[in-house]
Amino acid sequence: MIAPASAVVSLRGVGKTFEGGTVALQGFDLAVRDGEFVSLLGPSGCGKSTALRIIAGLSKASAGTVEWADEKDAAGRLGFVFQEPTLMPWANVAENVRLPLRLAHADATKTGAAVAQALDRVGLADFSPAYPRELSGGMKMRVSIARALVTEPRLLLMDEPFAALDEINRFRLNNDLLALWRVLKRTVIFVTHSVFESVYLSQRIVVMTPRPGRVFAELVIDAPYPRDERFRTSAEYAGYCRRVSEALERAMGAAP
Amino acid sequence: MNEGIRRIVSPLLTLLYLLILWEGAVRFFAVPAYVLPAPSLVLQTLFADAGLLFGSLVVTLGITFEAFVLAALGGIALAIVFNLWRPAERSLYPFAVVLQVTPIVAIAPLLLIYLPQNLAVLACAWIVAFFPVLANTTLGLNSVDHNLIALFDLYKASRLQVLLNLKLPAALPQILAGLRIAGGLSLIGAVVAEIAAGSAGAGSGLAYRIAESGYRLNIPRMFAALLLLSLAGIAIFFLLSALSYLMLRRWHESALKRER
Repeated sequence: MIAPASAVVSLRGVGKTFEGGTVALQGFDLAVRDGEFVSLLGPSGCGKSTALRIIAGLSKASAGTVEWADEKDAAGRLGFVFQEPTLMPWANVAENVRLPLRLAHADATKTGAAVAQALDRVGLADFSPAYPRELSGGMKMRVSIARALVTEPRLLLMDEPFAALDEINRFRLNNDLLALWRVLKRTVIFVTHSVFESVYLSQRIVVMTPRPGRVFAELVIDAPYPRDERFRTSAEYAGYCRRVSEALERAMGAAP
Repeated sequence: MNEGIRRIVSPLLTLLYLLILWEGAVRFFAVPAYVLPAPSLVLQTLFADAGLLFGSLVVTLGITFEAFVLAALGGIALAIVFNLWRPAERSLYPFAVVLQVTPIVAIAPLLLIYLPQNLAVLACAWIVAFFPVLANTTLGLNSVDHNLIALFDLYKASRLQVLLNLKLPAALPQILAGLRIAGGLSLIGAVVAEIAAGSAGAGSGLAYRIAESGYRLNIPRMFAALLLLSLAGIAIFFLLSALSYLMLRRWHESALKRER
Protein backbone atom coordinates (compact mmCIF):
# COMPACT_ATOMS: atom_id res chain seq x y z
CA MET A 1 0.00 0.00 0.00
CA ILE A 2 0.93 3.63 -0.36
CA ALA A 3 2.53 5.44 2.49
CA PRO A 4 0.17 8.37 3.18
CA ALA A 5 3.13 10.68 3.76
CA SER A 6 4.01 10.73 0.06
CA ALA A 7 0.43 11.27 -1.10
CA VAL A 8 -0.36 14.46 -3.02
CA VAL A 9 -4.03 14.04 -2.29
CA SER A 10 -5.95 11.51 -0.20
CA LEU A 11 -9.67 10.84 -0.19
CA ARG A 12 -11.06 9.12 2.88
CA GLY A 13 -14.55 7.69 3.08
CA VAL A 14 -15.77 10.09 0.45
CA GLY A 15 -19.47 9.85 -0.39
CA LYS A 16 -21.60 11.76 -2.83
CA THR A 17 -25.38 11.71 -2.95
CA PHE A 18 -27.04 13.78 -5.66
CA GLU A 19 -30.18 15.82 -5.11
CA GLY A 20 -32.35 13.17 -6.74
CA GLY A 21 -31.13 10.61 -4.19
CA THR A 22 -28.66 8.83 -6.49
CA VAL A 23 -25.68 7.61 -4.50
CA ALA A 24 -22.70 8.12 -6.82
CA LEU A 25 -19.95 7.41 -4.32
CA GLN A 26 -19.86 5.71 -0.94
CA GLY A 27 -16.87 5.13 1.30
CA PHE A 28 -14.44 5.96 -1.49
CA ASP A 29 -10.77 5.84 -0.48
CA LEU A 30 -7.91 6.89 -2.70
CA ALA A 31 -4.39 8.15 -2.11
CA VAL A 32 -2.39 9.44 -5.04
CA ARG A 33 1.39 9.65 -4.82
CA ASP A 34 3.46 12.47 -6.17
CA GLY A 35 4.35 11.90 -9.82
CA GLU A 36 2.15 8.85 -10.15
CA PHE A 37 0.03 7.93 -13.16
CA VAL A 38 -3.13 6.36 -11.77
CA SER A 39 -6.31 5.38 -13.59
CA LEU A 40 -9.83 5.11 -12.23
CA LEU A 41 -11.49 2.31 -14.16
CA GLY A 42 -15.14 1.35 -14.11
CA PRO A 43 -18.35 1.17 -16.13
CA SER A 44 -20.25 4.35 -16.87
CA GLY A 45 -22.19 5.54 -13.87
CA CYS A 46 -19.74 4.14 -11.32
CA GLY A 47 -18.94 7.60 -9.99
CA LYS A 48 -15.39 7.83 -11.32
CA SER A 49 -16.04 11.21 -12.95
CA THR A 50 -17.73 12.36 -9.76
CA ALA A 51 -14.64 11.41 -7.79
CA LEU A 52 -12.49 13.41 -10.21
CA ARG A 53 -14.75 16.45 -9.94
CA ILE A 54 -14.60 16.27 -6.14
CA ILE A 55 -10.79 16.24 -6.28
CA ALA A 56 -10.94 19.24 -8.64
CA GLY A 57 -13.24 21.10 -6.27
CA LEU A 58 -15.95 21.27 -8.93
CA SER A 59 -18.26 19.17 -6.78
CA LYS A 60 -18.64 18.93 -3.02
CA ALA A 61 -18.41 15.59 -1.23
CA SER A 62 -21.47 14.77 0.89
CA ALA A 63 -19.34 12.72 3.27
CA GLY A 64 -15.68 12.04 4.01
CA THR A 65 -12.59 14.18 3.57
CA VAL A 66 -10.21 15.25 0.83
CA GLU A 67 -6.75 15.99 2.17
CA TRP A 68 -3.94 17.70 0.32
CA ALA A 69 -0.24 17.42 1.17
CA ASP A 70 0.04 21.05 0.11
CA GLU A 71 -3.10 23.16 0.33
CA LYS A 72 -1.88 25.33 -2.53
CA ASP A 73 -2.47 22.39 -4.87
CA ALA A 74 -6.14 22.33 -3.99
CA ALA A 75 -6.47 26.04 -4.71
CA GLY A 76 -5.65 26.11 -8.36
CA ARG A 77 -2.51 24.13 -9.16
CA LEU A 78 -4.69 21.72 -11.08
CA GLY A 79 -5.22 21.00 -14.73
CA PHE A 80 -8.49 19.45 -15.85
CA VAL A 81 -9.22 17.83 -19.21
CA PHE A 82 -12.89 17.18 -19.86
CA GLN A 83 -14.45 14.42 -21.91
CA GLU A 84 -15.14 16.96 -24.64
CA PRO A 85 -12.45 19.42 -25.73
CA THR A 86 -14.51 22.23 -24.13
CA LEU A 87 -12.90 25.00 -26.12
CA MET A 88 -14.32 28.48 -26.61
CA PRO A 89 -15.41 28.46 -30.28
CA TRP A 90 -15.10 32.25 -30.58
CA ALA A 91 -11.43 32.27 -29.58
CA ASN A 92 -8.49 30.93 -31.56
CA VAL A 93 -6.21 28.17 -30.33
CA ALA A 94 -3.70 30.52 -28.66
CA GLU A 95 -6.44 32.44 -26.83
CA ASN A 96 -8.01 29.20 -25.65
CA VAL A 97 -4.70 28.02 -24.22
CA ARG A 98 -4.01 31.46 -22.72
CA LEU A 99 -7.34 31.49 -20.86
CA PRO A 100 -6.15 30.08 -17.48
CA LEU A 101 -3.34 32.64 -17.41
CA ARG A 102 -5.69 35.49 -18.27
CA LEU A 103 -8.12 34.43 -15.56
CA ALA A 104 -5.21 34.53 -13.11
CA HIS A 105 -4.50 38.11 -14.27
CA ALA A 106 -1.10 37.12 -15.62
CA ASP A 107 0.88 39.85 -17.37
CA ALA A 108 -0.24 39.58 -21.00
CA THR A 109 3.26 40.19 -22.36
CA LYS A 110 4.64 37.24 -20.43
CA THR A 111 1.99 34.69 -21.35
CA GLY A 112 3.09 34.37 -24.98
CA ALA A 113 6.04 32.13 -24.19
CA ALA A 114 4.02 29.87 -21.88
CA VAL A 115 1.27 29.49 -24.50
CA ALA A 116 3.79 28.74 -27.25
CA GLN A 117 5.53 26.17 -25.05
CA ALA A 118 2.27 24.44 -24.11
CA LEU A 119 1.23 24.26 -27.77
CA ASP A 120 4.65 22.99 -28.75
CA ARG A 121 4.37 20.19 -26.18
CA VAL A 122 1.20 18.87 -27.78
CA GLY A 123 2.59 19.30 -31.30
CA LEU A 124 0.38 22.21 -32.33
CA ALA A 125 2.96 24.99 -32.44
CA ASP A 126 1.81 26.07 -35.92
CA PHE A 127 -1.89 26.20 -35.12
CA SER A 128 -2.14 29.11 -32.69
CA PRO A 129 -4.19 31.37 -35.04
CA ALA A 130 -6.60 28.56 -36.02
CA TYR A 131 -10.15 28.44 -34.69
CA PRO A 132 -11.42 25.28 -32.95
CA ARG A 133 -13.88 24.51 -35.76
CA GLU A 134 -10.96 24.18 -38.18
CA LEU A 135 -9.38 21.40 -36.12
CA SER A 136 -10.02 17.66 -36.02
CA GLY A 137 -11.31 15.98 -32.86
CA GLY A 138 -7.83 14.80 -31.90
CA MET A 139 -6.32 18.24 -32.41
CA LYS A 140 -9.04 19.88 -30.33
CA MET A 141 -8.22 17.46 -27.52
CA ARG A 142 -4.54 18.40 -27.84
CA VAL A 143 -5.48 22.06 -27.44
CA SER A 144 -7.48 21.11 -24.36
CA ILE A 145 -4.42 19.32 -22.92
CA ALA A 146 -2.19 22.30 -23.75
CA ARG A 147 -4.63 24.56 -21.89
CA ALA A 148 -4.49 22.25 -18.84
CA LEU A 149 -0.67 22.30 -18.93
CA VAL A 150 -0.17 26.02 -19.44
CA THR A 151 -0.37 26.81 -15.72
CA GLU A 152 2.28 24.15 -14.95
CA PRO A 153 -0.07 22.23 -12.62
CA ARG A 154 1.23 19.69 -10.11
CA LEU A 155 -1.79 17.49 -10.72
CA LEU A 156 -3.45 16.72 -14.05
CA LEU A 157 -7.01 15.37 -13.90
CA MET A 158 -8.35 13.75 -17.06
CA ASP A 159 -11.98 12.68 -17.43
CA GLU A 160 -12.19 10.10 -20.26
CA PRO A 161 -10.43 12.57 -22.55
CA PHE A 162 -9.99 10.21 -25.50
CA ALA A 163 -13.29 8.31 -25.31
CA ALA A 164 -14.76 10.09 -28.32
CA LEU A 165 -11.73 9.63 -30.57
CA ASP A 166 -11.12 6.94 -33.16
CA GLU A 167 -8.63 4.23 -32.26
CA ILE A 168 -5.75 5.58 -34.36
CA ASN A 169 -6.00 9.00 -32.76
CA ARG A 170 -6.49 7.50 -29.31
CA PHE A 171 -3.29 5.44 -29.60
CA ARG A 172 -1.34 8.46 -30.79
CA LEU A 173 -2.65 10.63 -27.98
CA ASN A 174 -1.92 7.84 -25.47
CA ASN A 175 1.70 7.76 -26.66
CA ASP A 176 2.03 11.54 -26.60
CA LEU A 177 0.47 11.76 -23.15
CA LEU A 178 2.93 9.20 -21.78
CA ALA A 179 5.84 11.06 -23.35
CA LEU A 180 4.62 14.31 -21.77
CA TRP A 181 4.16 12.64 -18.41
CA ARG A 182 7.73 11.30 -18.49
CA VAL A 183 9.17 14.70 -19.36
CA LEU A 184 7.02 16.87 -17.09
CA LYS A 185 6.83 14.42 -14.15
CA ARG A 186 3.33 15.57 -13.13
CA THR A 187 0.86 13.51 -11.20
CA VAL A 188 -1.94 12.26 -13.44
CA ILE A 189 -5.35 10.91 -12.43
CA PHE A 190 -6.94 9.43 -15.52
CA VAL A 191 -10.57 8.32 -15.67
CA THR A 192 -11.45 5.76 -18.31
CA HIS A 193 -13.79 2.87 -19.02
CA SER A 194 -11.25 1.17 -21.28
CA VAL A 195 -9.26 -1.69 -19.76
CA PHE A 196 -6.72 -1.51 -22.60
CA GLU A 197 -6.16 2.21 -22.27
CA SER A 198 -5.76 2.04 -18.50
CA VAL A 199 -3.23 -0.82 -18.68
CA TYR A 200 -1.23 0.90 -21.39
CA LEU A 201 -0.96 4.20 -19.54
CA SER A 202 -0.99 3.57 -15.82
CA GLN A 203 1.31 2.57 -13.04
CA ARG A 204 -1.70 1.73 -10.93
CA ILE A 205 -5.33 1.01 -11.77
CA VAL A 206 -8.15 1.55 -9.31
CA VAL A 207 -11.12 -0.64 -10.31
CA MET A 208 -14.44 0.73 -9.11
CA THR A 209 -17.83 -0.89 -8.44
CA PRO A 210 -20.95 0.69 -9.88
CA ARG A 211 -23.76 2.27 -7.84
CA PRO A 212 -22.57 3.22 -5.35
CA GLY A 213 -19.01 3.77 -6.55
CA ARG A 214 -16.26 2.53 -4.30
CA VAL A 215 -12.84 0.99 -4.74
CA PHE A 216 -13.09 -2.70 -5.58
CA ALA A 217 -9.47 -3.50 -6.37
CA GLU A 218 -6.15 -1.87 -7.00
CA LEU A 219 -3.75 -3.35 -9.55
CA VAL A 220 -0.16 -2.30 -10.08
CA ILE A 221 1.02 -2.38 -13.69
CA ASP A 222 4.68 -3.01 -13.17
CA ALA A 223 5.81 -2.71 -16.79
CA PRO A 224 8.71 -0.33 -17.43
CA TYR A 225 8.38 2.94 -19.33
CA PRO A 226 8.80 4.03 -22.06
CA ARG A 227 5.92 1.92 -23.26
CA ASP A 228 5.35 1.84 -27.00
CA GLU A 229 3.65 -0.18 -29.71
CA ARG A 230 5.81 -3.16 -28.82
CA PHE A 231 4.38 -3.13 -25.31
CA ARG A 232 0.87 -2.80 -26.73
CA THR A 233 1.26 -6.07 -28.60
CA SER A 234 3.27 -7.96 -25.94
CA ALA A 235 2.14 -11.01 -23.98
CA GLU A 236 2.85 -9.06 -20.80
CA TYR A 237 0.34 -6.39 -21.83
CA ALA A 238 -2.24 -9.03 -22.73
CA GLY A 239 -1.72 -10.68 -19.35
CA TYR A 240 -2.27 -7.42 -17.48
CA CYS A 241 -5.37 -6.71 -19.58
CA ARG A 242 -6.79 -10.11 -18.71
CA ARG A 243 -6.22 -9.60 -15.00
CA VAL A 244 -7.73 -6.13 -15.04
CA SER A 245 -10.69 -7.36 -17.11
CA GLU A 246 -11.34 -10.11 -14.59
CA ALA A 247 -11.18 -7.63 -11.72
CA LEU A 248 -13.59 -5.36 -13.56
CA GLU A 249 -15.97 -8.23 -14.18
CA ARG A 250 -15.94 -9.18 -10.52
CA ALA A 251 -16.49 -5.53 -9.61
CA MET A 252 -19.56 -5.41 -11.85
CA GLY A 253 -20.93 -8.51 -10.14
CA ALA A 254 -20.14 -7.32 -6.63
CA ALA A 255 -23.43 -6.57 -4.93
CA PRO A 256 -23.42 -3.09 -3.44
CA MET B 1 -25.61 30.09 -62.26
CA ASN B 2 -23.86 30.71 -58.97
CA GLU B 3 -25.99 30.02 -55.85
CA GLY B 4 -25.37 33.47 -54.37
CA ILE B 5 -26.31 35.34 -57.54
CA ARG B 6 -29.43 33.23 -57.96
CA ARG B 7 -30.57 34.15 -54.45
CA ILE B 8 -30.45 37.82 -55.39
CA VAL B 9 -31.69 37.59 -58.97
CA SER B 10 -34.67 35.26 -58.38
CA PRO B 11 -36.69 37.55 -56.08
CA LEU B 12 -35.79 40.58 -58.22
CA LEU B 13 -37.14 38.84 -61.33
CA THR B 14 -40.32 37.92 -59.45
CA LEU B 15 -40.68 41.56 -58.43
CA LEU B 16 -40.17 42.72 -62.02
CA TYR B 17 -42.86 40.34 -63.34
CA LEU B 18 -45.33 41.50 -60.67
CA LEU B 19 -44.65 45.16 -61.45
CA ILE B 20 -45.17 44.61 -65.18
CA LEU B 21 -48.41 42.75 -64.45
CA TRP B 22 -49.56 45.52 -62.12
CA GLU B 23 -48.66 48.30 -64.56
CA GLY B 24 -50.33 46.44 -67.45
CA ALA B 25 -53.50 45.69 -65.48
CA VAL B 26 -53.90 49.29 -64.32
CA ARG B 27 -53.45 50.60 -67.89
CA PHE B 28 -55.56 47.91 -69.54
CA PHE B 29 -58.53 48.30 -67.19
CA ALA B 30 -57.99 52.07 -66.94
CA VAL B 31 -58.07 51.90 -63.11
CA PRO B 32 -58.23 55.43 -61.64
CA ALA B 33 -55.18 56.50 -59.61
CA TYR B 34 -57.28 57.03 -56.43
CA VAL B 35 -58.20 53.35 -56.52
CA LEU B 36 -54.86 51.83 -57.52
CA PRO B 37 -51.95 53.87 -58.90
CA ALA B 38 -49.63 52.23 -61.42
CA PRO B 39 -46.05 51.58 -60.28
CA SER B 40 -44.83 54.25 -62.69
CA LEU B 41 -47.09 56.83 -61.05
CA VAL B 42 -45.90 55.81 -57.59
CA LEU B 43 -42.32 56.34 -58.73
CA GLN B 44 -43.21 59.73 -60.26
CA THR B 45 -44.89 60.76 -57.00
CA LEU B 46 -41.85 59.64 -55.05
CA PHE B 47 -39.68 62.02 -57.07
CA ALA B 48 -42.25 64.84 -57.15
CA ASP B 49 -42.78 64.70 -53.35
CA ALA B 50 -39.18 63.78 -52.58
CA GLY B 51 -38.53 66.74 -50.27
CA LEU B 52 -41.60 66.10 -48.15
CA LEU B 53 -41.26 62.31 -48.06
CA PHE B 54 -37.53 62.14 -47.38
CA GLY B 55 -37.91 64.71 -44.63
CA SER B 56 -40.49 62.42 -43.05
CA LEU B 57 -38.29 59.39 -43.62
CA VAL B 58 -35.48 61.03 -41.67
CA VAL B 59 -37.89 61.69 -38.77
CA THR B 60 -39.13 58.09 -38.71
CA LEU B 61 -35.63 56.64 -39.08
CA GLY B 62 -34.42 58.89 -36.27
CA ILE B 63 -37.06 57.51 -33.90
CA THR B 64 -36.40 53.98 -35.11
CA PHE B 65 -32.68 54.34 -34.48
CA GLU B 66 -33.14 55.83 -31.00
CA ALA B 67 -35.64 53.12 -30.06
CA PHE B 68 -33.32 50.43 -31.39
CA VAL B 69 -30.30 51.67 -29.45
CA LEU B 70 -32.32 52.01 -26.24
CA ALA B 71 -33.88 48.57 -26.76
CA ALA B 72 -30.48 47.01 -27.41
CA LEU B 73 -28.82 48.61 -24.39
CA GLY B 74 -31.84 48.09 -22.12
CA GLY B 75 -32.49 44.52 -23.25
CA ILE B 76 -28.89 43.39 -22.91
CA ALA B 77 -28.41 45.20 -19.59
CA LEU B 78 -31.59 43.76 -18.08
CA ALA B 79 -30.72 40.26 -19.33
CA ILE B 80 -27.33 40.57 -17.59
CA VAL B 81 -29.04 41.64 -14.37
CA PHE B 82 -31.44 38.68 -14.70
CA ASN B 83 -28.53 36.32 -15.24
CA LEU B 84 -26.50 37.57 -12.30
CA TRP B 85 -29.42 37.86 -9.91
CA ARG B 86 -32.21 35.32 -10.31
CA PRO B 87 -34.76 37.08 -8.01
CA ALA B 88 -34.79 39.99 -10.48
CA GLU B 89 -35.63 37.62 -13.32
CA ARG B 90 -38.39 35.94 -11.35
CA SER B 91 -40.03 39.21 -10.34
CA LEU B 92 -39.59 41.25 -13.53
CA TYR B 93 -39.65 38.86 -16.48
CA PRO B 94 -43.44 38.28 -16.35
CA PHE B 95 -44.02 42.01 -16.73
CA ALA B 96 -41.75 42.15 -19.74
CA VAL B 97 -43.90 39.39 -21.23
CA VAL B 98 -47.12 41.27 -20.40
CA LEU B 99 -45.70 44.37 -22.08
CA GLN B 100 -44.84 42.29 -25.12
CA VAL B 101 -48.18 40.49 -25.53
CA THR B 102 -50.33 43.59 -25.06
CA PRO B 103 -50.84 44.99 -28.58
CA ILE B 104 -48.83 48.17 -29.00
CA VAL B 105 -51.69 49.79 -30.96
CA ALA B 106 -53.73 49.60 -27.77
CA ILE B 107 -51.00 51.06 -25.56
CA ALA B 108 -50.10 53.93 -27.90
CA PRO B 109 -53.16 56.15 -27.24
CA LEU B 110 -52.55 55.91 -23.48
CA LEU B 111 -48.90 56.83 -23.82
CA LEU B 112 -49.89 59.78 -25.98
CA ILE B 113 -52.00 61.10 -23.12
CA TYR B 114 -49.25 60.80 -20.51
CA LEU B 115 -46.15 61.67 -22.51
CA PRO B 116 -45.18 64.43 -24.92
CA GLN B 117 -45.77 63.18 -28.46
CA ASN B 118 -42.15 62.56 -29.46
CA LEU B 119 -41.46 60.68 -26.28
CA ALA B 120 -44.66 58.65 -26.60
CA VAL B 121 -43.72 57.53 -30.12
CA LEU B 122 -40.22 56.63 -28.94
CA ALA B 123 -41.64 54.72 -25.96
CA CYS B 124 -43.92 52.69 -28.23
CA ALA B 125 -41.10 51.77 -30.58
CA TRP B 126 -38.93 50.86 -27.60
CA ILE B 127 -41.57 48.63 -25.97
CA VAL B 128 -41.92 46.57 -29.14
CA ALA B 129 -38.20 46.28 -29.85
CA PHE B 130 -36.98 45.69 -26.32
CA PHE B 131 -38.44 42.27 -25.64
CA PRO B 132 -36.73 40.20 -28.36
CA VAL B 133 -33.36 41.54 -27.23
CA LEU B 134 -34.15 40.69 -23.62
CA ALA B 135 -35.54 37.23 -24.40
CA ASN B 136 -32.73 36.24 -26.77
CA THR B 137 -29.94 37.58 -24.58
CA THR B 138 -31.42 35.82 -21.54
CA LEU B 139 -31.54 32.55 -23.47
CA GLY B 140 -27.97 33.03 -24.72
CA LEU B 141 -26.56 33.83 -21.28
CA ASN B 142 -28.29 30.79 -19.79
CA SER B 143 -27.15 28.36 -22.50
CA VAL B 144 -23.41 28.43 -21.86
CA ASP B 145 -21.63 25.04 -22.04
CA HIS B 146 -21.60 23.69 -18.46
CA ASN B 147 -18.11 22.30 -18.85
CA LEU B 148 -16.81 25.74 -19.81
CA ILE B 149 -18.45 27.16 -16.69
CA ALA B 150 -16.75 24.39 -14.67
CA LEU B 151 -13.45 25.30 -16.31
CA PHE B 152 -13.85 28.95 -15.28
CA ASP B 153 -14.73 27.76 -11.74
CA LEU B 154 -11.61 25.62 -11.67
CA TYR B 155 -9.45 28.66 -12.37
CA LYS B 156 -11.32 30.70 -9.75
CA ALA B 157 -12.68 33.19 -12.28
CA SER B 158 -14.61 36.14 -10.81
CA ARG B 159 -18.23 36.69 -11.80
CA LEU B 160 -17.16 39.64 -13.91
CA GLN B 161 -14.59 37.48 -15.72
CA VAL B 162 -17.20 34.81 -16.33
CA LEU B 163 -19.58 37.42 -17.72
CA LEU B 164 -17.06 39.19 -19.97
CA ASN B 165 -14.94 36.24 -21.10
CA LEU B 166 -17.53 33.50 -21.24
CA LYS B 167 -21.20 34.38 -21.05
CA LEU B 168 -21.33 37.42 -23.31
CA PRO B 169 -19.19 35.92 -26.11
CA ALA B 170 -21.15 32.65 -25.88
CA ALA B 171 -24.44 34.55 -26.07
CA LEU B 172 -23.33 36.71 -29.00
CA PRO B 173 -25.18 34.69 -31.69
CA GLN B 174 -28.45 34.94 -29.75
CA ILE B 175 -27.89 38.61 -28.93
CA LEU B 176 -27.36 39.37 -32.62
CA ALA B 177 -30.48 37.39 -33.54
CA GLY B 178 -32.42 39.45 -31.01
CA LEU B 179 -31.01 42.69 -32.44
CA ARG B 180 -31.99 41.65 -35.96
CA ILE B 181 -35.60 41.18 -34.86
CA ALA B 182 -35.48 44.38 -32.80
CA GLY B 183 -34.34 46.43 -35.80
CA GLY B 184 -37.45 45.60 -37.79
CA LEU B 185 -39.69 45.92 -34.75
CA SER B 186 -38.34 49.41 -33.89
CA LEU B 187 -39.53 50.58 -37.27
CA ILE B 188 -42.91 48.89 -36.82
CA GLY B 189 -43.32 50.35 -33.34
CA ALA B 190 -42.43 53.83 -34.58
CA VAL B 191 -44.92 53.56 -37.43
CA VAL B 192 -47.74 52.28 -35.22
CA ALA B 193 -47.17 55.07 -32.71
CA GLU B 194 -47.02 57.70 -35.45
CA ILE B 195 -50.30 56.51 -36.88
CA ALA B 196 -51.88 56.66 -33.42
CA ALA B 197 -50.37 60.08 -32.84
CA GLY B 198 -51.20 61.32 -36.32
CA SER B 199 -54.88 61.01 -35.74
CA ALA B 200 -54.41 62.91 -32.49
CA GLY B 201 -52.81 65.95 -34.09
CA ALA B 202 -49.39 67.04 -35.30
CA GLY B 203 -46.73 64.71 -36.67
CA SER B 204 -44.26 64.57 -39.46
CA GLY B 205 -43.01 60.98 -39.76
CA LEU B 206 -43.62 58.75 -42.75
CA ALA B 207 -46.53 56.94 -41.10
CA TYR B 208 -48.17 60.28 -40.48
CA ARG B 209 -47.74 61.05 -44.19
CA ILE B 210 -49.50 57.80 -45.03
CA ALA B 211 -52.42 58.57 -42.72
CA GLU B 212 -52.62 62.15 -43.96
CA SER B 213 -52.48 61.10 -47.65
CA GLY B 214 -55.25 58.62 -46.91
CA TYR B 215 -57.55 61.35 -45.62
CA ARG B 216 -56.81 63.36 -48.75
CA LEU B 217 -57.30 60.39 -51.05
CA ASN B 218 -53.75 60.95 -52.33
CA ILE B 219 -53.27 57.25 -52.95
CA PRO B 220 -50.07 57.53 -55.06
CA ARG B 221 -48.35 59.36 -52.21
CA MET B 222 -49.54 56.67 -49.78
CA PHE B 223 -47.86 54.06 -51.97
CA ALA B 224 -44.71 56.17 -52.31
CA ALA B 225 -44.47 56.56 -48.53
CA LEU B 226 -45.13 52.85 -48.09
CA LEU B 227 -42.36 52.07 -50.58
CA LEU B 228 -39.92 54.19 -48.58
CA LEU B 229 -40.92 52.44 -45.34
CA SER B 230 -40.37 49.04 -46.94
CA LEU B 231 -36.98 50.07 -48.28
CA ALA B 232 -36.03 51.39 -44.84
CA GLY B 233 -37.05 48.07 -43.27
CA ILE B 234 -35.05 46.11 -45.83
CA ALA B 235 -32.02 48.32 -45.29
CA ILE B 236 -32.21 47.81 -41.52
CA PHE B 237 -32.48 44.07 -41.96
CA PHE B 238 -29.47 43.93 -44.28
CA LEU B 239 -27.36 46.17 -42.07
CA LEU B 240 -28.01 44.04 -39.00
CA SER B 241 -27.52 40.81 -40.94
CA ALA B 242 -24.18 42.13 -42.20
CA LEU B 243 -23.19 43.08 -38.65
CA SER B 244 -24.13 39.60 -37.45
CA TYR B 245 -22.17 37.96 -40.25
CA LEU B 246 -19.07 40.06 -39.60
CA MET B 247 -19.09 39.28 -35.90
CA LEU B 248 -19.73 35.54 -36.23
CA ARG B 249 -18.04 34.55 -39.47
CA ARG B 250 -14.90 33.29 -37.76
CA TRP B 251 -16.61 30.79 -35.52
CA HIS B 252 -20.36 30.36 -35.47
CA GLU B 253 -22.19 27.71 -37.50
CA SER B 254 -24.86 30.19 -38.62
CA ALA B 255 -22.27 32.28 -40.47
CA LEU B 256 -20.30 29.41 -41.96
CA LYS B 257 -20.73 28.00 -45.41
CA ARG B 258 -21.37 24.31 -45.36
CA GLU B 259 -18.75 22.33 -47.24
CA ARG B 260 -20.12 19.66 -49.51
